[in-house]
Amino acid sequence: MEEKDIYILAIESSCDETAAAVVKNGREVLSNVISSQIDLHTLYGGVVPEIASRKHIEKINQVVESALNEANMTLEQIDAIGVTYGPGLVGALLVGVAEAKAIAFAANKPLVGVHHIEGHVSANFIENLDLKPPFMCLIVSGGHTHLVVVKDYGEFEIIGKTRDDAAGEAFDKVARAIGLGYPGGPKIDKASKEGNPNAIPFPKAKVEGSPYDFSFSGVKSAVLNYLNRAQMTGEEVNYADIAASFQHAVVDVLVEKAILAAKEYGFKQLAIAGGVACNTTLRAKMKEACDKNNITLYYPSPIYCTDNAAMIGCAAYYEYKKGVRHGWDLNAVPNLKLGER
Amino acid sequence: MRILGIESSSLVASIAIWTDDSITAEYTFNFKKTHSQTLLPMLDEIIKMTEIPLDTIDAIAVSAGPGSFTGLRIGSATAKGLGLAMKKPLIHIPTIEAMAYQCFSSSYVICPIMDARRNQVYTGIYKYDGEKFITIMNQTAMDIKDLMDTVNGLEDEVMFLGDGVPVYKETIEHLSKQKCHFAPSFMNRQRAGAVAALGANYFLEGKIESAMEHQPDYLRKSQAERELEEKNKE
Repeated sequence: MEEKDIYILAIESSCDETAAAVVKNGREVLSNVISSQIDLHTLYGGVVPEIASRKHIEKINQVVESALNEANMTLEQIDAIGVTYGPGLVGALLVGVAEAKAIAFAANKPLVGVHHIEGHVSANFIENLDLKPPFMCLIVSGGHTHLVVVKDYGEFEIIGKTRDDAAGEAFDKVARAIGLGYPGGPKIDKASKEGNPNAIPFPKAKVEGSPYDFSFSGVKSAVLNYLNRAQMTGEEVNYADIAASFQHAVVDVLVEKAILAAKEYGFKQLAIAGGVACNTTLRAKMKEACDKNNITLYYPSPIYCTDNAAMIGCAAYYEYKKGVRHGWDLNAVPNLKLGER
Repeated sequence: MRILGIESSSLVASIAIWTDDSITAEYTFNFKKTHSQTLLPMLDEIIKMTEIPLDTIDAIAVSAGPGSFTGLRIGSATAKGLGLAMKKPLIHIPTIEAMAYQCFSSSYVICPIMDARRNQVYTGIYKYDGEKFITIMNQTAMDIKDLMDTVNGLEDEVMFLGDGVPVYKETIEHLSKQKCHFAPSFMNRQRAGAVAALGANYFLEGKIESAMEHQPDYLRKSQAERELEEKNKE
């Protein structure tokens, strides 16, 4: 007997994107609607939680209805509602969680709460039908830098993580320091293309005794010190060179540790996930290293790297299949740990 | 006619179903748990107990502010999600007005106050002329001292209610030029029953909105916006 198709309506509002999507059988995206607030927060040099929350409530119904319309589906045809319930900004998460719960309640559908980072990992499944657990995954975003073994759908073993700043956070801070502004990741990526990555030897931090852990506060401080010193001596600085050299230092460490982990754990499949997975240098360098080591590299298209609801729908599908259901008392958990329920 | 009332603007979480001039069910919870954990389970409980089919509800009245920004959004997102799935309109109820509305036929002027921090209150001034509910001052955010100046200019005695009372009671008694009254326990906080009942009036007057249009009325900009405006002024 052929299995029945499963349709998930997913909602994501953990940071500054209000998003909804309809996903069929966990891998086929029927719609992926994103209302971005980036322009709004650029005024403030970063995401302002209260403003983000207000914008979410303004846009949420429009985004959900567009997702259903673009998928050409009615709520009745949906099998379950998936929603990000952490980690993220609590006020922002709460909008999506309350909305999803109310829709699931009124439409009499099961509710599946999803870990935001599990969503980012799952984004890899959307365009890579051959990718199946287990595999090694490097998660790099504004809030996370994790090396995890994806043992099964929704099952992770964290083998390394950052001791201080997340990689994306370091990008944001450095971008602000050299006047590129928010959001830092794409701006540094772009500026780097005009600069020399070997111009300034910023440190590539190693964490003593923990081959898979990261530390990015050192390289960030090194950039800030470099800028201070230049200012004091009146020396002219080349911002493109700084961006390129900083990016080079970060990317090198990410690539080196991810490849080491894949080799040590014996995985021939390596995926990268999260907003920083968009970074063109990271993609290129990782590809080069994977090819050299006979490892297949997976990464999502940029639209599925940054926050979106399709990835949440994908993760929700596998949770749904495992029988995960959340109650009407589901709360937002701003510091939800990976692998926690 | 049947109206669902939702109230989560303060510490109180409250859900009510109003049917043809009486309250069928009301569940009010004034304790520490977050609205995210209480509001929908309370609605679920009411629906299970009453076995009222959701599709018999004509509109969803939501206490739309002022109040706790997060509390308002939980109520608002709940109402919007229900409205979307039930394909029913929403009714935007000013929170302070619903608080005053429950003091039916009071001979005093009614002045709800919610603590808005920084020596401010969310407030409004209302009265009943017999059965007629009259707005003297629309809901707003103001300094407690300015409110007392306004109240002192009124001829009638005033009754205060709301979570601002425990915070400002001494200030009120100190600054008031006349005898002050404070509403008793069963009518001194927000209630979804009042939101739904006022919602029924609004509904009959055609004052409804779509679930998509609805958003809370914070009466205050975010701190970041205020600071940016200050900076731009300089």
